[in-house]
Amino acid sequence: MTRFFDGLLHFRRGAWEMLASVLIAAGVFMLMQPFALVLYSWSFLVTLLGTVMFIIVSHFPE
Amino acid sequence: MLHSPVDRVAEATPRAIAKRFRGLSDRSLAWLFVAPTIVLLLAVNIFPLIWTIRLSFTNFRVNRPNAEVEFVGLKNYISILSDKDIWLTMQATAHFLIWTLVLQVLIGFALAYLINKKFRGNDLWTTIIVLPMMLSPAVVGNFWTFLYQPQIGLFNYAVGFLTGADPSSFSMIGDVTLAPWAIIIVDTWMWTPFVMLICLAGLRSIPDSIYEAAECDRASKWRQFWTITIPLVLPFLMLAVLFRGIENFKMFDLVVQLTGGGPGSITELTSINLKREAFEKWRTGYASAYAVILFVTVFGLASIYVKALNKVKQR
Repeated sequence: MTRFFDGLLHFRRGAWEMLASVLIAAGVFMLMQPFALVLYSWSFLVTLLGTVMFIIVSHFPE
Repeated sequence: MLHSPVDRVAEATPRAIAKRFRGLSDRSLAWLFVAPTIVLLLAVNIFPLIWTIRLSFTNFRVNRPNAEVEFVGLKNYISILSDKDIWLTMQATAHFLIWTLVLQVLIGFALAYLINKKFRGNDLWTTIIVLPMMLSPAVVGNFWTFLYQPQIGLFNYAVGFLTGADPSSFSMIGDVTLAPWAIIIVDTWMWTPFVMLICLAGLRSIPDSIYEAAECDRASKWRQFWTITIPLVLPFLMLAVLFRGIENFKMFDLVVQLTGGGPGSITELTSINLKREAFEKWRTGYASAYAVILFVTVFGLASIYVKALNKVKQR
């Protein structure tokens, strides 16, 4: 866990890619879940944020 | 003396042309060859994408080309993301996607595992299993509609024969609870062979020597399966899931032929709903926003999936 936060602080690709992946997965889950309309409403923003973040952080150093 | 074909071609090239190209570096030549493809990609992929994003912020309707197009900001996006009907459509797509992937992977891998064993008629069985994949979705949709007929359908008869139920007492494509499963069954029937073929390629790429070494170490068949077969087939399996996942996310033809999105809108998947918005209600701007939402979702999912696939390959 410390390594993960350390990676985030030092702009390392692995940690940031992980964060972006979690955001995308959460966004897709929110889009298709049957529980709350409010989650559905915010799903696109979360997915978009994760996707844009993923494209940017994939250029960070390892 | 001219030795290689390259020398002969160089000699045969007219001097005027040769002179023009002699000064080009390898990099320039590479660009010269790649440029037409890049231009084509820009024209058929990137330009429509940018145009769709632009339209998604407007109230443009393609059936009223002379009407004034207004910039509506995020209105289309907000409208889609607060629409309960579209939310239900997303849920129907998720149900379809998850179950087809689970069934296709399990059955496809099991079939590949069986076909990989040496037995008589192996090739014939492979051909028979692969047949559904080669049919057109329109044909498949049509003949499964007949198979699902409550009175004359073979499917209903088979279910009735196995369970003792009256074949005409249920309708697979007319019942709200059964219709989602009807499309899952047909898609699984049609596309399991594809997953099987990819798994088969993975299984056949595993060298026998690994199993022989495991035999020498007295590893049981069960242990060999979990520590050799599954890890080595996993990249292939993930690739199959990626292909099928993307395809099923935008499933259209088969479902339109089978149920047309009904009964009600219980089997109306996102692509069918999108087509209705774009080409029946003619809300082009709205449909563009809808398409952008779906595109970002698939793109995001595919990105993390490809990353996971590369990690598995590196192991």
